Amino acid sequence: MIIQFICRAILLGVPLLYGSTGEIITEKSGHLNLGIPGIMYVGAISGVVGSFLYENACGNDIANMNAFLAVIIPLLCSIAGSVIMGLIYSFLTVTLHANQNVTGLALTTFGVGLGNFLGASLISITKSELPSIALTKTSSFFVAKLPFLSNLGGIGAILFSHDFMTYLAIAIALVTSFIISRTRVGLNLRAVGENPATADAAGINVVKYRYLSTCIGSAVAGLGGLQYVMAYASGVWSNNAFGDRGWMAIALVIFALWKPSFAIVGSFLFGALCNANNYVQGLGTETQELFKMLPYVVTILVLIITSMRKKREHQPPGSLGLNYFREDR
Amino acid sequence: MAKDTNVKHHEPLFHVVKRDDMPSWQAWLVRFATIAISFVIIGFISMSLTGKSFGDTYELMISGVFGTLFKGGSTIMLWKYLQEIAVLLCLALALTPAFKMKFWNCGAEGQALMGGLAAIFCMIEFGGKLSEPVLICVIAVSSIVAGAIWGVIPAIFKALFNTNETLFTLMMNYIATQIIAYYVYIEGGGSNVINPVSYGNFPKVGNNDYFVNIVVVAGLIVLMYVYLKYSKQGYEISVVGESQNTARYIGINVKKVIIRTMVISGALCGVAGMLLVAGKDHSINTNLVGGQGFTAILMSWLGQFSPIVMTIMTALIVFLRIGVSKVADASLLNSSFSEIIVGFVILMVVGCEFFIHYSIKFRSKKEVKA
Repeated sequence: MIIQFICRAILLGVPLLYGSTGEIITEKSGHLNLGIPGIMYVGAISGVVGSFLYENACGNDIANMNAFLAVIIPLLCSIAGSVIMGLIYSFLTVTLHANQNVTGLALTTFGVGLGNFLGASLISITKSELPSIALTKTSSFFVAKLPFLSNLGGIGAILFSHDFMTYLAIAIALVTSFIISRTRVGLNLRAVGENPATADAAGINVVKYRYLSTCIGSAVAGLGGLQYVMAYASGVWSNNAFGDRGWMAIALVIFALWKPSFAIVGSFLFGALCNANNYVQGLGTETQELFKMLPYVVTILVLIITSMRKKREHQPPGSLGLNYFREDR
Repeated sequence: MAKDTNVKHHEPLFHVVKRDDMPSWQAWLVRFATIAISFVIIGFISMSLTGKSFGDTYELMISGVFGTLFKGGSTIMLWKYLQEIAVLLCLALALTPAFKMKFWNCGAEGQALMGGLAAIFCMIEFGGKLSEPVLICVIAVSSIVAGAIWGVIPAIFKALFNTNETLFTLMMNYIATQIIAYYVYIEGGGSNVINPVSYGNFPKVGNNDYFVNIVVVAGLIVLMYVYLKYSKQGYEISVVGESQNTARYIGINVKKVIIRTMVISGALCGVAGMLLVAGKDHSINTNLVGGQGFTAILMSWLGQFSPIVMTIMTALIVFLRIGVSKVADASLLNSSFSEIIVGFVILMVVGCEFFIHYSIKFRSKKEVKA
């Protein structure tokens, strides 16, 4: 029971981990990308479209499918889709100096609409009776487990029973954490986020850093959408199923105090909180609804506590949300 | 140094310069031109997806929004259209004072939900026990209070500890959603549906369900215009929005202004929730506001804090939302198509702001000679 609870928490947490790692990368450059929910949608649907086309090209026989292609095609499609969204965002905010909050929210409207539109179009193509697309064959490649290690009892289940994208998420978060705090690129990135004018004077290409960090961040976040469809929902896309996970990923950034390594723990904790209502004994359905507020309440508490303590290393990047125009004084 | 005048400097093809100030009529010309261009693009996109001609697409949109109005038919569709505008506009107006103060209230959704919850609660608890006019007053007061409370909680923390309001208000939305889910489950007896309540509904005027909603919002447009432009509080809001330091220096109590403005903002969102419950649905579910709280943020920004422009923009966007979904219904596209279109138009307008605030100077040969 406890083991199942932890595994479930990790599974629920991984999309949030992708989303928040991506958002941290973006926010470190000083851009508050509220388009992440839309980008995760687009990342998910692009991957779904990719694997849908590949499954159809292979016909109905699973033996025709190449495991490598079945995994790499959705991954690349997902990355391509979310990078395009990231490019739209960074073109508008970096080059055209548009308001970041408004651009992000509009991008979310656009992305969610695009996801649902393509999803519903695919559903009508397949003429299925259910309002969903099942890509169970592709999903089976995504959730393939390590053959020996997952049979090691409880510890084995917790550590080794996940799909490969879970490990990828943790790896990305750790690598990001290392790059941001230990390398010159990370130092430059932080400088751009703290004070772009100073960074510019020091010879750092602010525009390049902001474009790259937004696009890379979007690509990472988009993978979260894909992981949700392929691993959590076992390859079934239905419209609006992704829900508000994108917003939770953004909240998690604050919870993690802009540190990807904290985001790993935070996302699993969020996953546990999202799921707690199913594991507490003797809850009626109505109390379960109240239990589902837990992650949001915890986020608010973290917001308040970090703002009350005002520790310097727990603050957001100095110029978060502000556009940089060199000729401004 | 002085001798070196013949060195060829690398000059970029163009560079971007901040404009001093574009006259506001010119700025609006740019914005409406952008919208006109996007309408043309939308027409072509719909054409290529549906296979209908450009004229047919727009004819379908217009008949989808206005019904048979222009052919001498009924005005039902027009009233529905006005009602849709009214709710979205009410939310946008509610957000405007907060945005003018640079307080990013992303919680319109939750504040409206709580207003709606207060309304349905009064309708169920006091329905039949109070006379209708009294009941409607009770509903109005409790909705306004509920919305204001939901709005003021983040504001208090913002004022005291400078807590990030964007995320705080965002999280409050989901808490409100869960409270509604809880309430609906209890009231609906586990069926997740509350049947329409017949008490405390806004009265019909003539044969029209939505007349009260529309009048209330029309009044709010005027009030908000006067409040922002001619009242002392409106002035304080704009000073706090421009610079908190300046505000403090001239003796404005910034904390008080933040809290007071969010009470107003939340209260008006509560009104929107009341309009939806008492004036339209007579019931509630978690999807009552349906994401309009977020669209309203964009509307408020597109209106540039001017309630009148906001009305025009909202009318345009609601037209697109209804019209495009009718176009999508008529062919085999699905209704999410209209979300894409609305997002697209807003991104276009967001992008066009660049040309209002900046100008592009191309490299000219004269400068090189000089």
